[in-house]
Amino acid sequence: MLSRNPEEPIISVEGITARFGEETILAEVSFRILRGEIFAILGGSGCGKTVLLKHLVGLYRPYAGTVKVMGTDIAEAEEGELVELRKKMGVLFQSGALLGSLTLFENVALPLQAYTDLSPAAIDEIVRMKLALVNLDGYQNHLPEELSGGMKKRAGLARAMALDPEILFFDEPTGGLDPVTAAEMDHLIKSINTGMGTTMVIVTHDLPSIFGVASRVIMLDKGARGIIAEGDPSALRETTRDPRVVHFFNRQAAGGDQEER
Amino acid sequence: MNSRTLIPVLYNFEISGPAGGERTLTISGRISLETLGKFLADVEQFFPRTAPGGLRVDLSGIQYLDSAGALALLNLRERAESQSIPFRFVNAAEEARRLLVLLDRPTLHTPPLITGRRSANLFEQAGESSRALARDFWAVMGFVGELIRGLAYSLIHPRSVRWDDVLFYMKRAGMDALPIVSLISFLIGLVIAFMSSLQLKQFGAYLYVASLVAIAIVRELGPLMTGIIVAGRSGSAFAAEIGTMMVNEEVDALRTMGFDPTRFLAVPKVLAAMLVVPLLTLYADVFGILGGLLIGVMFLDLTVYSYVDWTLWSITLFDIVSSLIKSIVFAALISGIGCQRGFGVRGGAAAVGSATTSAVVAGIFLIIVVDSFFAVILHYVR
Repeated sequence: MLSRNPEEPIISVEGITARFGEETILAEVSFRILRGEIFAILGGSGCGKTVLLKHLVGLYRPYAGTVKVMGTDIAEAEEGELVELRKKMGVLFQSGALLGSLTLFENVALPLQAYTDLSPAAIDEIVRMKLALVNLDGYQNHLPEELSGGMKKRAGLARAMALDPEILFFDEPTGGLDPVTAAEMDHLIKSINTGMGTTMVIVTHDLPSIFGVASRVIMLDKGARGIIAEGDPSALRETTRDPRVVHFFNRQAAGGDQEER
Repeated sequence: MNSRTLIPVLYNFEISGPAGGERTLTISGRISLETLGKFLADVEQFFPRTAPGGLRVDLSGIQYLDSAGALALLNLRERAESQSIPFRFVNAAEEARRLLVLLDRPTLHTPPLITGRRSANLFEQAGESSRALARDFWAVMGFVGELIRGLAYSLIHPRSVRWDDVLFYMKRAGMDALPIVSLISFLIGLVIAFMSSLQLKQFGAYLYVASLVAIAIVRELGPLMTGIIVAGRSGSAFAAEIGTMMVNEEVDALRTMGFDPTRFLAVPKVLAAMLVVPLLTLYADVFGILGGLLIGVMFLDLTVYSYVDWTLWSITLFDIVSSLIKSIVFAALISGIGCQRGFGVRGGAAAVGSATTSAVVAGIFLIIVVDSFFAVILHYVR
């Protein structure tokens, strides 16, 4: 059952361990995501942020521990339960992951056609609305290969939002985007969160995004195989003493390459 | 200076200073990739020959230094330090100094993280191959289960099937294959007729060419050749399409939207193949017989009427029905293995390539193995 208790976290991760073969990527990681917040997962390359995201959306089963989304253990859910849960979650993959053989319209309409009884006319209205929300109005009949990288991401977002999900997941939404387009993406994320109250979970290492958009973050580290910092990003930047966190937030090279000798 | 003649510009070593004390080595000229070999050789001999008590290397005469040259100078310093000879660079130009600072790092000597890949001996290879085969078999069986579930679901809920996709693949796998299937089976019919006529000539039994061609084509070669062609055309296409979708995270996206990738992607392809390959096989049968007809009429003095009559006399309804059933099974095998290989792709372009190849090879292998089973079974059923 869907929990609407504001005290209860919308996602609760308890002691999950992620392994690939012999290698442990994440060891006993626990944290909570509250309803309505913009939560960011940060870290250097190889720290396991995308792996963690895939556990949260149920693409990977944890080696140990549980991931509870809206009260349900996503790895153990029955097929029917899982489909219901998935309708309330939208995922934006790194390059949009649009189905290449379908137009933008058909891509965004896919969940609507599969899960609602809406008439084609109604679906048409909703698809246009979603595309307009991401500033892709007019591009309904374009194929994904005809779009730029930024446009593909926005189209992917429109599709992820098709059913008005309660949680949206983003895998590096501003990756590879120029500063202006990246700022537009940040603005979009913020306005959807404000306008619809959707909980946002963002995997990113884009510092301006993090400080501009996220209300709370966790930082992962490859060596620690888990969380090394948690909290408000600006507060963390001011108060942290952990050199790994300092280097990350201040965009400093870890070895401190000295120019002068 | 005549710009057309290239003067080989090298470097120059000049030693000065008291023997046994701090000596000055003045290097001038060009130290770069081209001169590196000679420089290192000179350095080899330098220390034994001069045996300095200390070394001061004057770089003021250097006209050109690239990263290889800078490396060579650092190498020189290392050798001095390993023999406990005090060493310093002096009078380096700004660019040379910057280059030396850039390259002077302990990471030049990092040992490799992976040491010695032992190539496996024969037994290890055999063991690995067996394990890989077992894993593959397991994966295929898992997929077969998923596919059967998906197909059964489609039978019970026909409206859940993506019929637009089924039609699309029927055109691609079926209609588009007609030209090549008809050409190849026509040529095969031709060849069989011709080759058999060479033998039957001795018995004056040219008419038997008609029945030979008909029986061979309808019972065996029609379904087999069609299957192989479809494996090459469509088995590979299915593997490549699904494999690329795996690489682009499109399959992940489908899963997160609550769709079952097998039902969404594999079922339409398999259904399309099973519907269209029997038709292609019939087509192949007809063209194979036509190929034989051509030989019969043009070279064996048979009339069209007698050839056709004898053909119809030789093949039975049982032959045709069993050949169609065979072709349906082949279709399922080819499209199934194509999809399974596609879903197994992890990584990038190379993985898609090998999955595609594997789909064709496995498809052809499966068809031929199953064909042998059919041959035995049908023999006893007849």
